[in-house]
Amino acid sequence: MAFDKMELRDIEVWDGNFAAAQALRQCQIDVVAAYPITPSTPIVEGYAKFEADNFVEGQYVMVESEHAAMSACIGASAAGGRVATATSSQGFALMVETLYQSSGMRLPIILNVVNRALAAPLNVNGDHSDMYLGRDSGWIQLDAYCPQDAYDLNFIAFKIAEDHDVRLPCMIHQDGFMTSHTAQGVKTLTDDEGYNFVGDFQPMNDMLDLDHPVSHGVQTEEDWHFEHKARQHNDLMTKVFPKVQNAFDAFEKLSGRKYNIVEKYDMDDADVAVVCMGTSVETAREVATEMRAKGIKAGVVGIRLIRPFPFMQIKEALEGVKAIATLDRSAPGGAPGMLFNEMAGALFNSDTRAALSGYVYGLGGRDLTKKHLVDLYTELQANADAGKVLTPLQQFIGVRGPKLSYL
Amino acid sequence: MLEIRWHSRAGQGAVTGAKGLADVVSTTGKQVQAFAFYGSAKRGAAMTAYNRVDDEVIMNHEKYMEPDYVFVIDPALVYTTDVTVNAKADTVFIITTHMNAEELVASQPKLEGKNVHTVDCIKIAQETIGRAIPNTPMLGAFMKISKMYDIEFFKENMIRVLGKLPQKIIDANMLAIQRAYDEVK
Repeated sequence: MAFDKMELRDIEVWDGNFAAAQALRQCQIDVVAAYPITPSTPIVEGYAKFEADNFVEGQYVMVESEHAAMSACIGASAAGGRVATATSSQGFALMVETLYQSSGMRLPIILNVVNRALAAPLNVNGDHSDMYLGRDSGWIQLDAYCPQDAYDLNFIAFKIAEDHDVRLPCMIHQDGFMTSHTAQGVKTLTDDEGYNFVGDFQPMNDMLDLDHPVSHGVQTEEDWHFEHKARQHNDLMTKVFPKVQNAFDAFEKLSGRKYNIVEKYDMDDADVAVVCMGTSVETAREVATEMRAKGIKAGVVGIRLIRPFPFMQIKEALEGVKAIATLDRSAPGGAPGMLFNEMAGALFNSDTRAALSGYVYGLGGRDLTKKHLVDLYTELQANADAGKVLTPLQQFIGVRGPKLSYL
Repeated sequence: MLEIRWHSRAGQGAVTGAKGLADVVSTTGKQVQAFAFYGSAKRGAAMTAYNRVDDEVIMNHEKYMEPDYVFVIDPALVYTTDVTVNAKADTVFIITTHMNAEELVASQPKLEGKNVHTVDCIKIAQETIGRAIPNTPMLGAFMKISKMYDIEFFKENMIRVLGKLPQKIIDANMLAIQRAYDEVK
Protein backbone atom coordinates (compact mmCIF):
# COMPACT_ATOMS: atom_id res chain seq x y z
CA MET A 1 0.00 0.00 0.00
CA ALA A 2 1.54 3.27 -1.07
CA PHE A 3 1.12 6.46 0.89
CA ASP A 4 1.38 10.10 -0.14
CA LYS A 5 4.21 12.42 0.79
CA MET A 6 3.56 15.91 2.06
CA GLU A 7 5.27 19.06 0.84
CA LEU A 8 6.29 21.22 3.80
CA ARG A 9 7.63 24.74 3.76
CA ASP A 10 11.16 25.18 5.19
CA ILE A 11 9.60 26.98 8.15
CA GLU A 12 6.06 26.12 9.21
CA VAL A 13 4.18 27.94 11.97
CA TRP A 14 3.14 25.02 14.17
CA ASP A 15 2.29 24.54 17.79
CA GLY A 16 4.11 21.84 19.75
CA ASN A 17 1.29 19.34 19.29
CA PHE A 18 1.16 19.64 15.52
CA ALA A 19 4.96 19.60 15.33
CA ALA A 20 4.95 16.27 17.19
CA ALA A 21 2.14 14.88 15.00
CA GLN A 22 4.07 15.81 11.85
CA ALA A 23 7.22 14.16 13.20
CA LEU A 24 5.24 10.98 13.89
CA ARG A 25 3.89 11.08 10.34
CA GLN A 26 7.39 11.44 8.92
CA CYS A 27 8.67 8.57 11.08
CA GLN A 28 5.87 6.36 9.68
CA ILE A 29 4.55 4.71 12.82
CA ASP A 30 3.02 1.27 12.32
CA VAL A 31 0.64 1.50 15.27
CA VAL A 32 -0.68 4.46 17.27
CA ALA A 33 -3.08 3.33 20.00
CA ALA A 34 -4.46 6.30 21.90
CA TYR A 35 -7.10 7.63 24.21
CA PRO A 36 -6.99 11.41 23.66
CA ILE A 37 -6.68 13.78 26.61
CA THR A 38 -6.17 17.54 26.88
CA PRO A 39 -3.69 19.06 26.10
CA SER A 40 -2.10 16.22 24.09
CA THR A 41 -5.19 15.40 22.00
CA PRO A 42 -4.09 17.13 18.76
CA ILE A 43 -1.03 14.86 18.49
CA VAL A 44 -2.99 11.65 18.08
CA GLU A 45 -5.86 13.45 16.35
CA GLY A 46 -3.33 14.78 13.85
CA TYR A 47 -1.85 11.34 13.33
CA ALA A 48 -5.31 9.82 12.85
CA LYS A 49 -6.09 12.41 10.19
CA PHE A 50 -2.80 11.78 8.40
CA GLU A 51 -3.66 8.09 8.38
CA ALA A 52 -7.19 8.72 7.12
CA ASP A 53 -5.81 10.98 4.38
CA ASN A 54 -3.32 8.29 3.29
CA PHE A 55 -0.21 10.12 4.50
CA VAL A 56 0.88 7.16 6.62
CA GLU A 57 0.89 3.45 6.20
CA GLY A 58 -0.13 2.41 9.66
CA GLN A 59 -2.91 1.61 12.04
CA TYR A 60 -4.66 3.97 14.43
CA VAL A 61 -6.23 1.95 17.22
CA MET A 62 -9.06 3.44 19.28
CA VAL A 63 -9.14 2.07 22.81
CA GLU A 64 -11.20 2.58 25.94
CA SER A 65 -8.61 4.13 28.28
CA GLU A 66 -4.99 5.21 28.55
CA HIS A 67 -4.22 1.94 30.31
CA ALA A 68 -5.56 0.15 27.24
CA ALA A 69 -3.72 2.57 24.94
CA MET A 70 -0.33 1.68 26.38
CA SER A 71 -1.34 -2.00 26.62
CA ALA A 72 -2.12 -2.02 22.89
CA CYS A 73 1.17 -0.22 22.23
CA ILE A 74 2.97 -2.93 24.21
CA GLY A 75 1.27 -5.65 22.17
CA ALA A 76 2.05 -3.95 18.88
CA SER A 77 5.65 -3.26 19.87
CA ALA A 78 6.20 -6.83 21.06
CA ALA A 79 4.71 -8.04 17.78
CA GLY A 80 7.43 -6.11 15.97
CA GLY A 81 6.16 -2.68 14.91
CA ARG A 82 7.20 0.94 15.30
CA VAL A 83 4.82 2.27 17.93
CA ALA A 84 3.98 5.66 19.46
CA THR A 85 1.24 7.44 21.36
CA ALA A 86 0.61 10.59 23.41
CA THR A 87 -1.01 11.47 26.70
CA SER A 88 -1.14 13.93 29.59
CA SER A 89 -1.87 14.18 33.29
CA GLN A 90 -4.66 11.83 34.45
CA GLY A 91 -4.20 9.73 31.35
CA PHE A 92 -0.51 9.42 32.09
CA ALA A 93 -1.34 8.46 35.68
CA LEU A 94 -3.65 5.72 34.44
CA MET A 95 -0.85 4.49 32.17
CA VAL A 96 1.69 4.17 34.95
CA GLU A 97 1.28 0.43 35.49
CA THR A 98 1.83 -0.25 31.81
CA LEU A 99 4.79 2.16 31.64
CA TYR A 100 6.71 -0.18 33.91
CA GLN A 101 5.60 -3.13 31.75
CA SER A 102 6.88 -1.54 28.55
CA SER A 103 10.27 -0.60 29.95
CA GLY A 104 10.69 -3.96 31.71
CA MET A 105 9.85 -5.74 28.47
CA ARG A 106 12.40 -3.54 26.67
CA LEU A 107 9.94 -2.26 24.09
CA PRO A 108 11.02 0.92 22.24
CA ILE A 109 7.67 2.72 22.37
CA ILE A 110 7.65 6.52 21.97
CA LEU A 111 5.29 8.43 24.24
CA ASN A 112 4.69 12.14 23.77
CA VAL A 113 3.78 13.51 27.18
CA VAL A 114 2.24 16.96 27.04
CA ASN A 115 2.86 17.97 30.63
CA ARG A 116 -0.19 18.91 32.66
CA ALA A 117 -1.09 19.20 36.33
CA LEU A 118 -2.54 16.25 38.25
CA ALA A 119 -5.93 16.54 39.99
CA ALA A 120 -7.30 17.29 42.53
CA PRO A 121 -8.24 20.08 42.01
CA LEU A 122 -8.86 19.36 38.33
CA ASN A 123 -6.68 21.49 36.07
CA VAL A 124 -5.87 21.14 32.36
CA ASN A 125 -2.88 23.48 32.32
CA GLY A 126 0.80 22.79 32.19
CA ASP A 127 3.04 21.77 35.05
CA HIS A 128 5.50 18.93 35.48
CA SER A 129 3.54 16.69 37.87
CA ASP A 130 2.97 13.94 35.29
CA MET A 131 6.56 14.15 34.08
CA TYR A 132 7.81 13.67 37.64
CA LEU A 133 5.43 10.76 38.14
CA GLY A 134 7.20 8.90 35.32
CA ARG A 135 10.74 9.40 36.45
CA ASP A 136 11.30 6.01 38.12
CA SER A 137 9.50 4.05 35.40
CA GLY A 138 12.64 2.97 33.54
CA TRP A 139 11.86 5.07 30.47
CA ILE A 140 14.23 7.47 28.78
CA GLN A 141 12.85 11.01 29.20
CA LEU A 142 13.68 13.89 26.86
CA ASP A 143 12.42 17.41 27.45
CA ALA A 144 11.35 19.94 24.77
CA TYR A 145 11.40 23.65 25.53
CA CYS A 146 9.54 24.89 22.41
CA PRO A 147 7.68 23.53 19.35
CA GLN A 148 10.92 23.12 17.38
CA ASP A 149 12.30 20.85 20.11
CA ALA A 150 9.05 18.87 20.21
CA TYR A 151 9.45 18.19 16.48
CA ASP A 152 13.17 17.39 16.52
CA LEU A 153 13.18 15.26 19.67
CA ASN A 154 10.63 12.85 18.19
CA PHE A 155 13.08 11.83 15.45
CA ILE A 156 15.89 11.65 17.99
CA ALA A 157 13.77 9.53 20.35
CA PHE A 158 13.13 6.81 17.76
CA LYS A 159 16.81 6.75 16.89
CA ILE A 160 17.77 6.20 20.53
CA ALA A 161 14.98 3.89 21.69
CA GLU A 162 15.02 1.50 18.73
CA ASP A 163 18.79 1.01 18.83
CA HIS A 164 19.31 -2.69 19.59
CA ASP A 165 21.80 -1.84 22.34
CA VAL A 166 19.17 0.33 24.04
CA ARG A 167 15.71 -1.17 23.46
CA LEU A 168 14.02 1.09 25.99
CA PRO A 169 10.89 3.21 25.62
CA CYS A 170 11.28 6.98 25.47
CA MET A 171 9.08 9.90 26.48
CA ILE A 172 9.27 13.30 24.85
CA HIS A 173 7.94 15.96 27.20
CA GLN A 174 6.58 19.36 26.24
CA ASP A 175 4.80 21.94 28.41
CA GLY A 176 1.01 21.80 28.14
CA PHE A 177 -0.31 24.89 26.32
CA MET A 178 2.94 26.85 26.75
CA THR A 179 4.48 24.63 24.06
CA SER A 180 1.66 22.36 22.92
CA HIS A 181 -0.73 25.18 21.99
CA THR A 182 1.82 27.90 21.23
CA ALA A 183 2.54 28.36 17.53
CA GLN A 184 6.07 29.31 16.57
CA GLY A 185 8.26 28.89 13.52
CA VAL A 186 9.40 25.28 13.16
CA LYS A 187 12.18 24.42 10.70
CA THR A 188 11.13 21.25 8.97
CA LEU A 189 12.80 18.21 7.48
CA THR A 190 11.54 16.81 4.20
CA ASP A 191 9.66 13.52 4.48
CA ASP A 192 12.66 11.64 3.08
CA GLU A 193 15.17 13.36 5.38
CA GLY A 194 13.03 12.66 8.43
CA TYR A 195 12.33 9.05 7.58
CA ASN A 196 15.88 8.26 6.53
CA PHE A 197 17.16 9.67 9.83
CA VAL A 198 15.19 7.11 11.83
CA GLY A 199 15.41 4.42 9.13
CA ASP A 200 13.34 1.28 8.70
CA PHE A 201 12.23 -0.32 11.93
CA GLN A 202 14.51 -3.22 12.85
CA PRO A 203 12.54 -5.73 14.90
CA MET A 204 14.18 -7.65 17.73
CA ASN A 205 12.65 -10.63 19.54
CA ASP A 206 9.43 -9.85 17.69
CA MET A 207 6.52 -12.17 18.31
CA LEU A 208 5.53 -12.22 14.65
CA ASP A 209 8.87 -13.83 13.77
CA LEU A 210 7.33 -17.27 13.91
CA ASP A 211 10.60 -19.04 13.12
CA HIS A 212 12.07 -17.74 16.39
CA PRO A 213 9.40 -18.04 19.06
CA VAL A 214 9.84 -15.80 22.12
CA SER A 215 7.92 -15.06 25.31
CA HIS A 216 7.16 -11.53 26.44
CA GLY A 217 5.79 -10.43 29.80
CA VAL A 218 7.12 -13.35 31.82
CA GLN A 219 7.12 -13.83 35.57
CA THR A 220 10.37 -13.91 37.58
CA GLU A 221 10.38 -14.13 41.34
CA GLU A 222 13.36 -13.69 43.66
CA ASP A 223 15.42 -15.99 41.48
CA TRP A 224 15.72 -13.60 38.50
CA HIS A 225 13.72 -10.37 39.04
CA PHE A 226 16.65 -8.45 40.53
CA GLU A 227 18.98 -9.41 37.68
CA HIS A 228 16.50 -8.15 35.10
CA LYS A 229 16.02 -4.84 36.89
CA ALA A 230 19.75 -4.47 37.49
CA ARG A 231 20.50 -5.08 33.84
CA GLN A 232 17.90 -2.54 32.79
CA HIS A 233 19.40 0.01 35.17
CA ASN A 234 22.89 -0.85 33.95
CA ASP A 235 21.85 -0.15 30.36
CA LEU A 236 20.24 3.14 31.38
CA MET A 237 23.38 4.18 33.26
CA THR A 238 26.00 3.05 30.75
CA LYS A 239 24.55 2.49 27.28
CA VAL A 240 21.98 5.25 26.86
CA PHE A 241 24.21 8.32 27.31
CA PRO A 242 26.52 7.56 24.35
CA LYS A 243 23.56 6.62 22.18
CA VAL A 244 21.80 9.87 23.05
CA GLN A 245 24.95 11.79 22.22
CA ASN A 246 25.31 9.92 18.91
CA ALA A 247 21.71 10.69 18.03
CA PHE A 248 22.19 14.39 18.91
CA ASP A 249 25.36 14.47 16.78
CA ALA A 250 23.69 12.77 13.83
CA PHE A 251 20.72 15.12 14.07
CA GLU A 252 23.00 18.15 14.14
CA LYS A 253 24.70 16.86 11.01
CA LEU A 254 21.33 16.52 9.31
CA SER A 255 19.62 19.71 10.48
CA GLY A 256 22.27 22.00 11.93
CA ARG A 257 20.32 22.08 15.19
CA LYS A 258 22.38 21.10 18.21
CA TYR A 259 21.01 19.41 21.30
CA ASN A 260 22.94 18.55 24.45
CA ILE A 261 22.26 16.15 27.30
CA VAL A 262 22.58 19.15 29.63
CA GLU A 263 21.96 22.50 27.97
CA LYS A 264 24.26 25.26 29.21
CA TYR A 265 23.59 28.91 28.47
CA ASP A 266 26.03 31.62 29.55
CA MET A 267 27.53 29.15 32.03
CA ASP A 268 31.25 29.55 31.25
CA ASP A 269 31.85 32.30 33.80
CA ALA A 270 28.51 32.28 35.62
CA ASP A 271 28.36 33.23 39.31
CA VAL A 272 24.65 32.49 39.61
CA ALA A 273 22.64 29.84 37.78
CA VAL A 274 19.06 28.69 37.46
CA VAL A 275 18.41 24.98 36.80
CA CYS A 276 15.04 24.26 35.22
CA MET A 277 13.09 22.43 32.52
CA GLY A 278 10.52 23.11 29.80
CA THR A 279 9.63 26.55 28.49
CA SER A 280 11.10 28.11 31.63
CA VAL A 281 14.59 27.35 30.30
CA GLU A 282 14.06 29.72 27.38
CA THR A 283 12.44 32.47 29.43
CA ALA A 284 15.30 32.19 31.94
CA ARG A 285 17.85 32.44 29.10
CA GLU A 286 16.32 35.72 28.01
CA VAL A 287 16.36 37.06 31.58
CA ALA A 288 19.94 35.84 32.15
CA THR A 289 21.06 37.86 29.14
CA GLU A 290 19.31 40.93 30.57
CA MET A 291 20.89 40.33 34.02
CA ARG A 292 24.34 40.24 32.41
CA ALA A 293 23.67 43.68 30.97
CA LYS A 294 23.12 44.76 34.59
CA GLY A 295 26.42 43.25 35.70
CA ILE A 296 25.18 39.99 37.21
CA LYS A 297 26.95 36.98 35.73
CA ALA A 298 23.84 34.88 35.24
CA GLY A 299 23.53 31.53 33.53
CA VAL A 300 20.93 28.83 32.87
CA VAL A 301 21.18 25.06 32.97
CA GLY A 302 18.40 23.19 31.19
CA ILE A 303 17.96 19.46 31.68
CA ARG A 304 17.41 17.96 28.21
CA LEU A 305 17.76 14.32 29.24
CA ILE A 306 15.84 13.84 32.48
CA ARG A 307 16.24 10.06 32.65
CA PRO A 308 18.74 8.60 32.77
CA PHE A 309 19.74 11.53 34.96
CA PRO A 310 22.95 13.19 33.69
CA PHE A 311 24.64 13.28 37.09
CA MET A 312 28.19 13.77 35.81
CA GLN A 313 27.26 16.33 33.14
CA ILE A 314 25.32 18.36 35.73
CA LYS A 315 28.26 18.30 38.09
CA GLU A 316 30.48 19.58 35.31
CA ALA A 317 27.97 22.23 34.18
CA LEU A 318 27.71 23.76 37.65
CA GLU A 319 31.41 23.72 38.43
CA GLY A 320 32.54 26.95 40.06
CA VAL A 321 29.07 28.51 40.28
CA LYS A 322 28.51 30.41 43.55
CA ALA A 323 24.73 30.33 43.90
CA ILE A 324 22.25 27.95 42.27
CA ALA A 325 18.45 27.90 42.19
CA THR A 326 16.48 24.82 41.21
CA LEU A 327 13.01 25.41 39.75
CA ASP A 328 10.57 22.56 40.35
CA ARG A 329 7.21 22.81 38.56
CA SER A 330 5.54 20.03 40.56
CA ALA A 331 4.05 19.97 44.04
CA PRO A 332 6.90 18.45 46.04
CA GLY A 333 4.55 16.49 48.31
CA GLY A 334 6.45 17.03 51.52
CA ALA A 335 9.99 17.00 50.06
CA PRO A 336 12.42 19.70 48.94
CA GLY A 337 11.70 19.10 45.23
CA MET A 338 13.15 16.70 42.66
CA LEU A 339 15.61 19.06 41.02
CA PHE A 340 16.79 20.35 44.39
CA ASN A 341 17.47 16.80 45.55
CA GLU A 342 19.19 15.78 42.32
CA MET A 343 21.39 18.88 42.29
CA ALA A 344 22.29 18.38 45.93
CA GLY A 345 23.28 14.81 45.15
CA ALA A 346 25.35 15.79 42.13
CA LEU A 347 27.10 18.66 43.90
CA PHE A 348 27.75 17.00 47.26
CA ASN A 349 30.53 14.89 45.80
CA SER A 350 32.09 17.74 43.84
CA ASP A 351 34.39 20.61 44.75
CA THR A 352 31.65 23.13 43.98
CA ARG A 353 30.39 24.54 47.26
CA ALA A 354 27.51 26.59 45.91
CA ALA A 355 24.66 28.11 47.88
CA LEU A 356 21.82 25.85 46.67
CA SER A 357 18.21 26.93 47.07
CA GLY A 358 15.02 25.36 45.74
CA TYR A 359 11.91 26.99 44.35
CA VAL A 360 8.47 25.59 43.55
CA TYR A 361 6.65 27.53 40.82
CA GLY A 362 4.10 27.45 38.04
CA LEU A 363 1.72 24.80 39.38
CA GLY A 364 -1.43 24.33 37.31
CA GLY A 365 -0.07 26.61 34.58
CA ARG A 366 0.60 29.64 36.81
CA ASP A 367 2.68 32.10 34.81
CA LEU A 368 6.42 32.35 35.39
CA THR A 369 7.12 35.96 34.48
CA LYS A 370 10.37 37.61 33.58
CA LYS A 371 9.90 39.74 36.70
CA HIS A 372 9.89 36.58 38.84
CA LEU A 373 13.18 35.56 37.29
CA VAL A 374 14.75 38.99 37.70
CA ASP A 375 13.90 38.83 41.42
CA LEU A 376 15.26 35.28 41.58
CA TYR A 377 18.61 36.17 40.01
CA THR A 378 18.86 39.18 42.32
CA GLU A 379 18.29 36.88 45.30
CA LEU A 380 20.90 34.46 43.97
CA GLN A 381 23.46 37.25 43.61
CA ALA A 382 22.91 38.13 47.28
CA ASN A 383 23.49 34.47 48.16
CA ALA A 384 26.63 34.42 46.03
CA ASP A 385 27.97 37.57 47.72
CA ALA A 386 27.24 36.17 51.18
CA GLY A 387 28.61 32.74 50.35
CA LYS A 388 25.52 31.09 51.81
CA VAL A 389 21.77 30.83 51.30
CA LEU A 390 20.20 33.87 52.99
CA THR A 391 16.62 32.63 52.54
CA PRO A 392 14.89 29.42 53.59
CA LEU A 393 16.02 26.54 51.38
CA GLN A 394 12.57 26.04 49.82
CA GLN A 395 10.44 28.93 48.58
CA PHE A 396 7.35 29.29 46.42
CA ILE A 397 7.22 31.65 43.43
CA GLY A 398 4.00 33.24 42.20
CA VAL A 399 1.54 31.80 44.70
CA ARG A 400 -1.04 34.17 46.22
CA GLY A 401 -1.35 34.78 49.94
CA PRO A 402 1.45 35.01 52.51
CA LYS A 403 4.92 34.16 51.17
CA LEU A 404 5.52 30.44 51.65
CA SER A 405 8.91 29.06 52.60
CA TYR A 406 10.24 26.00 54.37
CA LEU A 407 13.45 24.39 55.56
CA MET B 1 9.36 43.05 19.75
CA LEU B 2 5.78 43.66 18.64
CA GLU B 3 3.16 42.33 21.05
CA ILE B 4 -0.58 41.96 20.44
CA ARG B 5 -3.39 40.90 22.74
CA TRP B 6 -6.74 39.73 21.38
CA HIS B 7 -9.94 39.93 23.41
CA SER B 8 -12.54 37.51 22.13
CA ARG B 9 -15.18 35.00 23.04
CA ALA B 10 -14.31 31.34 22.65
CA GLY B 11 -15.60 30.35 19.22
CA GLN B 12 -15.08 33.73 17.51
CA GLY B 13 -11.77 32.68 16.03
CA ALA B 14 -9.17 34.66 17.98
CA VAL B 15 -6.82 31.66 18.16
CA THR B 16 -7.19 31.01 14.44
CA GLY B 17 -6.71 34.73 13.81
CA ALA B 18 -3.58 34.89 15.97
CA LYS B 19 -2.11 31.79 14.34
CA GLY B 20 -3.04 33.03 10.87
CA LEU B 21 -1.32 36.35 11.51
CA ALA B 22 1.75 34.51 12.85
CA ASP B 23 1.82 32.36 9.73
CA VAL B 24 1.74 35.35 7.37
CA VAL B 25 4.35 37.26 9.38
CA SER B 26 6.61 34.19 9.45
CA THR B 27 6.77 34.12 5.63
CA THR B 28 8.52 37.49 5.73
CA GLY B 29 11.44 36.10 7.74
CA LYS B 30 10.30 37.36 11.14
CA GLN B 31 10.06 35.19 14.24
CA VAL B 32 6.59 34.67 15.64
CA GLN B 33 4.69 33.30 18.59
CA ALA B 34 0.91 32.84 18.94
CA PHE B 35 -0.85 31.49 22.00
CA ALA B 36 -4.02 31.85 24.06
CA PHE B 37 -5.52 31.65 27.53
CA TYR B 38 -8.30 29.13 27.15
CA GLY B 39 -9.67 29.37 30.69
CA SER B 40 -12.56 26.98 31.06
CA ALA B 41 -12.83 26.81 27.27
CA LYS B 42 -16.61 27.17 27.10
CA ARG B 43 -18.01 28.54 23.86
CA GLY B 44 -18.92 32.17 24.44
CA ALA B 45 -16.65 32.65 27.46
CA ALA B 46 -14.34 35.67 27.39
CA MET B 47 -10.79 34.67 26.43
CA THR B 48 -7.56 36.26 25.28
CA ALA B 49 -5.07 35.31 22.57
CA TYR B 50 -1.59 36.71 21.97
CA ASN B 51 0.95 37.40 19.25
CA ARG B 52 4.63 38.19 19.58
CA VAL B 53 6.73 39.23 16.56
CA ASP B 54 10.48 39.85 16.61
CA ASP B 55 13.63 39.68 14.50
CA GLU B 56 15.22 37.19 16.91
CA VAL B 57 13.89 33.77 17.95
CA ILE B 58 11.28 34.41 20.67
CA MET B 59 12.34 32.70 23.88
CA ASN B 60 10.07 34.54 26.26
CA HIS B 61 7.26 32.16 27.27
CA GLU B 62 5.69 34.30 29.99
CA LYS B 63 1.99 34.92 29.54
CA TYR B 64 2.29 38.43 30.99
CA MET B 65 2.28 41.06 28.26
CA GLU B 66 2.23 44.84 27.94
CA PRO B 67 0.76 44.91 24.43
CA ASP B 68 1.54 47.31 21.61
CA TYR B 69 -1.86 46.52 20.08
CA VAL B 70 -5.11 45.36 21.64
CA PHE B 71 -7.71 43.79 19.35
CA VAL B 72 -11.26 43.49 20.69
CA ILE B 73 -13.38 41.35 18.37
CA ASP B 74 -16.55 41.18 20.47
CA PRO B 75 -18.23 44.54 21.23
CA ALA B 76 -19.47 43.63 24.73
CA LEU B 77 -16.02 42.73 26.07
CA VAL B 78 -15.17 46.43 26.35
CA TYR B 79 -17.68 46.53 29.22
CA THR B 80 -17.45 43.07 30.78
CA THR B 81 -13.64 42.75 30.87
CA ASP B 82 -10.83 45.28 31.28
CA VAL B 83 -9.36 45.53 27.79
CA THR B 84 -6.90 48.19 29.02
CA VAL B 85 -5.12 45.95 31.56
CA ASN B 86 -1.29 46.18 31.37
CA ALA B 87 -1.57 48.67 28.50
CA LYS B 88 1.24 51.12 27.79
CA ALA B 89 0.80 54.85 27.16
CA ASP B 90 1.05 54.28 23.40
CA THR B 91 -0.90 51.03 23.10
CA VAL B 92 -3.17 51.07 20.05
CA PHE B 93 -6.71 49.71 20.49
CA ILE B 94 -8.71 48.36 17.56
CA ILE B 95 -12.20 47.65 18.77
CA THR B 96 -15.20 46.01 17.13
CA THR B 97 -18.26 48.21 17.65
CA HIS B 98 -21.08 49.87 15.74
CA MET B 99 -20.12 53.16 17.44
CA ASN B 100 -17.49 55.69 16.44
CA ALA B 101 -14.46 56.15 18.69
CA GLU B 102 -15.93 59.18 20.46
CA GLU B 103 -19.18 57.39 21.35
CA LEU B 104 -17.25 54.30 22.43
CA VAL B 105 -14.92 56.22 24.76
CA ALA B 106 -17.91 58.03 26.24
CA SER B 107 -19.52 54.67 26.99
CA GLN B 108 -16.32 53.22 28.50
CA PRO B 109 -14.30 55.89 30.34
CA LYS B 110 -11.33 53.53 30.76
CA LEU B 111 -10.55 54.17 27.09
CA GLU B 112 -10.27 57.93 27.74
CA GLY B 113 -7.02 59.30 26.35
CA LYS B 114 -6.12 56.02 24.61
CA ASN B 115 -5.35 55.58 20.94
CA VAL B 116 -8.68 54.02 19.90
CA HIS B 117 -9.76 52.86 16.44
CA THR B 118 -13.14 51.35 15.68
CA VAL B 119 -14.48 48.99 13.05
CA ASP B 120 -17.63 46.82 13.02
CA CYS B 121 -16.06 43.41 12.41
CA ILE B 122 -19.22 41.60 13.50
CA LYS B 123 -21.38 43.36 10.92
CA ILE B 124 -18.74 42.97 8.22
CA ALA B 125 -18.42 39.23 8.97
CA GLN B 126 -22.18 38.76 8.95
CA GLU B 127 -22.53 40.56 5.62
CA THR B 128 -19.63 38.82 3.89
CA ILE B 129 -18.99 35.44 5.50
CA GLY B 130 -22.57 35.07 6.69
CA ARG B 131 -21.55 34.30 10.28
CA ALA B 132 -20.32 36.48 13.15
CA ILE B 133 -16.69 35.32 12.89
CA PRO B 134 -14.88 38.63 13.29
CA ASN B 135 -11.25 37.39 13.28
CA THR B 136 -10.15 37.92 9.67
CA PRO B 137 -11.75 41.39 9.34
CA MET B 138 -9.83 42.45 12.46
CA LEU B 139 -6.61 41.55 10.65
CA GLY B 140 -7.68 43.71 7.70
CA ALA B 141 -8.21 46.63 10.07
CA PHE B 142 -4.83 45.92 11.68
CA MET B 143 -3.09 46.09 8.28
CA LYS B 144 -4.57 49.54 7.73
CA ILE B 145 -3.71 50.96 11.17
CA SER B 146 -0.25 49.37 11.52
CA LYS B 147 0.72 49.62 7.83
CA MET B 148 2.49 46.33 8.49
CA TYR B 149 2.05 44.90 4.98
CA ASP B 150 0.46 45.91 1.73
CA ILE B 151 -3.14 44.68 1.89
CA GLU B 152 -2.83 42.69 -1.37
CA PHE B 153 0.26 40.87 -0.05
CA PHE B 154 -1.59 40.11 3.17
CA LYS B 155 -4.67 38.80 1.39
CA GLU B 156 -2.60 36.58 -0.90
CA ASN B 157 -0.98 34.99 2.12
CA MET B 158 -4.26 34.62 3.97
CA ILE B 159 -5.62 32.69 0.98
CA ARG B 160 -2.82 30.18 1.59
CA VAL B 161 -3.44 30.13 5.37
CA LEU B 162 -7.17 29.48 4.86
CA GLY B 163 -6.21 26.92 2.19
CA LYS B 164 -8.40 24.00 3.17
CA LEU B 165 -11.68 25.97 3.40
CA PRO B 166 -14.19 25.98 0.51
CA GLN B 167 -13.44 28.63 -2.14
CA LYS B 168 -16.69 30.48 -1.33
CA ILE B 169 -15.61 30.94 2.30
CA ILE B 170 -12.12 32.05 1.30
CA ASP B 171 -13.56 34.62 -1.12
CA ALA B 172 -15.91 35.92 1.60
CA ASN B 173 -13.00 36.25 4.03
CA MET B 174 -11.02 38.26 1.48
CA LEU B 175 -13.98 40.56 1.07
CA ALA B 176 -14.26 40.91 4.85
CA ILE B 177 -10.55 41.73 5.21
CA GLN B 178 -10.76 44.38 2.49
CA ARG B 179 -13.93 45.92 3.93
CA ALA B 180 -12.45 46.20 7.43
CA TYR B 181 -9.29 47.69 5.90
CA ASP B 182 -11.41 50.31 4.14
CA GLU B 183 -13.83 50.97 7.00
CA VAL B 184 -11.63 51.13 10.12
CA LYS B 185 -11.45 54.59 11.61
